[in-house]
Amino acid sequence: MANSLLEFTDKGIYCAKGKFYIDPWKPVDNAIITHAHADHAYFGNKHYLAHHFSKEVLLYRLGDIQLQTVAYGEKVIRNGVEITLYPAGHVIGSAQVRVAYKGEIWVVSGDYKVEDDGISTPFEPVKCHHFISECTFGMPVYKWKPQVQIFNEINNWWQTNLQNGIATALVGYSLGKAQRILQNLDLSNGTVFTHGVIENTNEALRRNGITLNPTVKITQDTPKEEVRKGIILAPPSSVGTPWMRKFQPYGFGYCSGWMALRGAKRRRAADRGFVLSDHADWDGLINAIDATGCESVYLTHGYTATFTRYLNEIGFNAHEVHSLYGDEEQESAIEASPQPSPNDGVKNNREAESHASPVGGDMGKEELGEETL
Amino acid sequence: MKAFAQLFLSLDQTNKTNEKVRILKNYFINVPDTDKMHMLALFTGRKPKRQINSTLVRKWAIEASGIPAWLFEESYHVVGDLAETMSLLMPFNLSESSKTLTEWIAEINRLGTKTEEEKKQWLLNSWGTLDNSERFVFNKLLTGSFRVGVSQNLVIKALADVTGIEAPTLTHRLMGSWQPETYQYTQLIQDQNAADDISRPYPFFLAYPIQETSEKQKSADELRTSLGDNNEWQAEWKWDGIRAQMIKRGDKIFVWSRGEDLSTEKFPELHPFLNALPDGTVIDGELLSFTGGFPMPFNVLQTRIGRKNLNKKILEESPVAVIAYDCLEHNGEDIRYKTQTERRKILEELQLATPFPGLFRISALIPFNSWEDLGTIREQSRAMIAEGIMLKRKSAAYQVGRKRGDWWKWKIDPLSVDAVMIYAQKGHGRRADLYTDYTFAVWDGDKLVPFAKAYSGLTDQEINKVNNFVKHNTLEKFGPVRTVKPELVFEIGFEGINRSTRHKSGIALRFPRILRWRHNKPKEEADTLDSLRALLGD
Repeated sequence: MANSLLEFTDKGIYCAKGKFYIDPWKPVDNAIITHAHADHAYFGNKHYLAHHFSKEVLLYRLGDIQLQTVAYGEKVIRNGVEITLYPAGHVIGSAQVRVAYKGEIWVVSGDYKVEDDGISTPFEPVKCHHFISECTFGMPVYKWKPQVQIFNEINNWWQTNLQNGIATALVGYSLGKAQRILQNLDLSNGTVFTHGVIENTNEALRRNGITLNPTVKITQDTPKEEVRKGIILAPPSSVGTPWMRKFQPYGFGYCSGWMALRGAKRRRAADRGFVLSDHADWDGLINAIDATGCESVYLTHGYTATFTRYLNEIGFNAHEVHSLYGDEEQESAIEASPQPSPNDGVKNNREAESHASPVGGDMGKEELGEETL
Repeated sequence: MKAFAQLFLSLDQTNKTNEKVRILKNYFINVPDTDKMHMLALFTGRKPKRQINSTLVRKWAIEASGIPAWLFEESYHVVGDLAETMSLLMPFNLSESSKTLTEWIAEINRLGTKTEEEKKQWLLNSWGTLDNSERFVFNKLLTGSFRVGVSQNLVIKALADVTGIEAPTLTHRLMGSWQPETYQYTQLIQDQNAADDISRPYPFFLAYPIQETSEKQKSADELRTSLGDNNEWQAEWKWDGIRAQMIKRGDKIFVWSRGEDLSTEKFPELHPFLNALPDGTVIDGELLSFTGGFPMPFNVLQTRIGRKNLNKKILEESPVAVIAYDCLEHNGEDIRYKTQTERRKILEELQLATPFPGLFRISALIPFNSWEDLGTIREQSRAMIAEGIMLKRKSAAYQVGRKRGDWWKWKIDPLSVDAVMIYAQKGHGRRADLYTDYTFAVWDGDKLVPFAKAYSGLTDQEINKVNNFVKHNTLEKFGPVRTVKPELVFEIGFEGINRSTRHKSGIALRFPRILRWRHNKPKEEADTLDSLRALLGD
């Protein structure tokens, strides 16, 4: 791939012609960021380019960075190479990056889902010659039901807990899942209380002009009885912490694509596992790849070996690529980055984080990627 | 089936004991009696006979899901459970079924006489009417792999709450070889259980460990504090065989193993002594192979358990005898309420009267003067081919199940070696999609020789770390097995060690498990095959 427009290097996906990287995991001069999750947006780059809606979250997560933001479909030229962002539907502000030069078109998907979640700009297929795709859930056992069904289950479960007089704690990643849940809860049931980590992300998004349903941040002074009448939105890092335990008794629900498997659900020790993912499922991945009309597809993270083999069998020209997206080895790099400290009861967020990942494996990826601040 | 699938799902969705009991009670209250009996059969380990061979079920599931066979296999390795894999891979159902659990099981049981094509049609139609969670439970029934994460005690507690019958009585009435098709719920819950089956064993009384792990050694003082005066206790060796109950009633004999398997025919050499027992006798004891009057290691017995046919050679090489612990029924009377000492006296009388003292042995009492004294005696366990010492309170009745207080086991410390992990494989169930099943090796010169597999002993956090290590240090993949860079060293504990011609290392271990991760130990310092051989003791 030495002469191709994009290549895979030990720093990330690189465009030599345009002299920029996409989601690099080591510091570079010019980084284009698909979305603000930690395994895609690293600290330490000289210049960042991302979508408008990622601005405040990136500044909140990475601190004082040199950041340029653009709209979907807005062309940026770097050394003659044309860069355009398209919606990826993964989280608010997430983008696919289209890179074009002299008629050769590449698209880097970042993370994506094809279902319209009602809050992220919906995924848009982009025609290209070469498609670099994630495949976090690239196994046929992962098939999502429409989110309306899942939210019915969640809202019914919340109501049952209210009737039983216990609190409701719903866990999901702080950027993306939390807002998706927030916008789909039946607010006639009660108030939505948030963990500080989630509220900080919500505030960043609100500063970005995004309208979210009202939330109440939980503080030392929030009465437990009030919280019991509502619902608690909390990040995975809060599971099992004293912060969470003080709301006992509560029903504990977990929202993640990994909840599709009984084993993962049991490891989580969640009362309820809701199969709700911000990634494409098996059919979603195949349809998305097919819709690009690409000549070749490169799979960066997820069940890459299996998915690549299957795509080749059904007639795609697929290649497995090793990347560090979602890789737990980055832990140290992330820990070294400046962390805004969410001062809300969890004494040491990172300690809580490791405590909260009894799942490991590919699940750890998503968690680490999306949940480390 | 909806109610049963919902029961399974609800139990799966909570970790709280009270909530589980509530869910079970709710089920008992809302389903027909025949469903209750089928549920009780399934929840007490009585699986329906497998009517379709699982290779065919798998083949038809692959067809129904429309994916290549290799992808089905890979999915299975990710999910870690065949029934669940099948339920996830099939398209969502288009219609529904209102058949009860009883009706489904009856249909499954009628399949035996059907042709392969009829079975296939029935199965594909059935899958098409079941939703994901129903399909999962259905597949479990079909493949005979039904297991549930709820103890029998909880099920019986819920049933006791619903029926008002005491739990020990229900436990006893649910022992033995009853069939859910013929055992009626009304029989189970009647005041006097007149229709008692003469083969029915009593629930076993099981001991609690006195020290949780070998790292938490109990001193003589601690024993004195928790158990009191040593004169109130009876001590015996803890034999390592098959715990069994032997019944002579109505001139018939029955041998039950602790797994509630009727094993009378597996031990023909015991029949003469059982036939010679007075009618109305039930004995609790341990089955062991003997040679020249001495017990042989468990693996000798193990080789004959699995055999369908017992030939003369096996019977000659590993003849079985009983070491009797207790007498539960005497002259047709349930004597479990009597004290340990009273029952022991009856047992001794029975044993004195047997014309077969070589088959009907008695577990000798260990004389000891103090807890210190017993601690010293315990160290001879391995030489006695025993697993340690049993302590029984002289004044105690024979109780139901695992209870704290009157019976304690004081096991010997495991043997251990430091070994290097060389292969890893993904686990099942709660450990699905995680590398949790490891193969360990010791040095033989400059080569690492695999000698044991172990699955348990690490915390969830340690498992995560090892899982990550495996992913980043894979040297080769053979199907689901990964060869990993030899680097991590673990202390492997085991109860016994024997020669084996079936293993490359020439040895076989009993109950190998991980005792601890030796973080600071370089792989070069792991143990050698010679150090393992030295433990063979010959």
